[in-house]
Amino acid sequence: MSPLVSFRNVSVRLGSRDILHNITFDVEAGETLVLLGRSGSGKTTALKLINALLHPSAGEVLVEGMRTTAWDPIRLRRRIGYVIQEGGLFPHFTIANNVGLIPRLEGWPDEEVAARIESLLTQVGLPPKEFVARYPRELSGGQRQRVGVARALAADPHLLLFDEPFGAVDPVTRVELQRQFLSLRRQYGKTALFVTHDLREALAIGTRIGLLHNGRLEVLTTPAEFQYAQSEEAQAFLAALNPQNLNA
Amino acid sequence: MPASLLEEIGDLTLEHLFLVIVTMLIAATLGIPGGILLTRHAMVRQWALGVISAVQTIPSLALFGFLIPLPFLGGIGKSTAIIALVLYALLPIVQNTVTGIVGVDRVVRESAIAMGLTPRQLLTEIELPLAARTILTGLRIATVTTIGTATIAAAIGAGGLGVFIFRGLASVDATLLLAGAIPAATMAIVLDRGLEWVVQRSSPVS
Repeated sequence: MSPLVSFRNVSVRLGSRDILHNITFDVEAGETLVLLGRSGSGKTTALKLINALLHPSAGEVLVEGMRTTAWDPIRLRRRIGYVIQEGGLFPHFTIANNVGLIPRLEGWPDEEVAARIESLLTQVGLPPKEFVARYPRELSGGQRQRVGVARALAADPHLLLFDEPFGAVDPVTRVELQRQFLSLRRQYGKTALFVTHDLREALAIGTRIGLLHNGRLEVLTTPAEFQYAQSEEAQAFLAALNPQNLNA
Repeated sequence: MPASLLEEIGDLTLEHLFLVIVTMLIAATLGIPGGILLTRHAMVRQWALGVISAVQTIPSLALFGFLIPLPFLGGIGKSTAIIALVLYALLPIVQNTVTGIVGVDRVVRESAIAMGLTPRQLLTEIELPLAARTILTGLRIATVTTIGTATIAAAIGAGGLGVFIFRGLASVDATLLLAGAIPAATMAIVLDRGLEWVVQRSSPVS
């Protein structure tokens, strides 16, 4: 089977600056590839190439074997769930309408949309009775994030993109969300690309880790092998895990 | 107060209301879609808003004066007055439409696009509902302004409550002045409060 996502010698140039430089990798069905890097390393740009929010300046990105520039962008995006910080929820929609928007626009019958909302909210740990009629501003950051995940899963996408989704929540909630991510993955087996600047998070949830540094893919390996990576940037991330290094 | 005066107050109030309603219908029909278009064309936006606000700075009596000699559009009467009133009403409507839509949170807009909303769905599901309050506020401001400016339109034969005011000024008759001023002020206050009530109820988010 061909990979779900392929980057082939992809560069993105903005003016005279290279945001991404000659990136090549594949994402196989079922895996969770974490793109790790500092702010400005190009990881969010890489994600936006997949759902055609951006296009490569050189090279090509393939989704299900077809170039992103050849896809109808609307069809492509509806096959891909997208989760961003704080969920990017629509403030004027109830939780039910946030989760049910894409199924509704896809023309699902009302009862099916309602059943879908109920089952997804239950799965992300938000009792539907209590939450369907509420608005995003009435929820905590962690709860909004859960709604964001439910919304991304709503139309049963093949692929999920996570753009630093747990960046804005406290560390305890963050671990809860990561645990839930793993349990949803066990249940659905969806393919995911997950962007983070947190190595701990990358090690916890990734099946592979790609380290981006100044727009270059420096390391692409498994969590178990990451500590042996021959890369100064990888070693810098590892060193930052240990608080004792602050005194060095 | 003679019955004939009461009757005339009623007629002129209706005429005034007619001027305001026709003006607002035209101004909203042009201004809201116009504002939406301007959010899609940042280059034209500054230029267009500049022209519209320049029109706003022309004193109303002078603007009526400019329009009268124009062929086809101009002349004495209601249509000339309505053109001028529409030109005045456009600024708050266009400006608030632009401000409301451009002010939609970048993250919200981006996640809508990333979820696969078409440009039309982005507008109708996300941008317009979130901008509704700001747009309605623009309509409220434009309505109140139009009620005031329409009194001056009597000077070029548009009718309305301004007729009393000009007549009262010419004959130094306080009763006539008040016969125009009180209904006009009442209309402005009632519509202002009424539209503000609609704004408050329009959307659960600020």
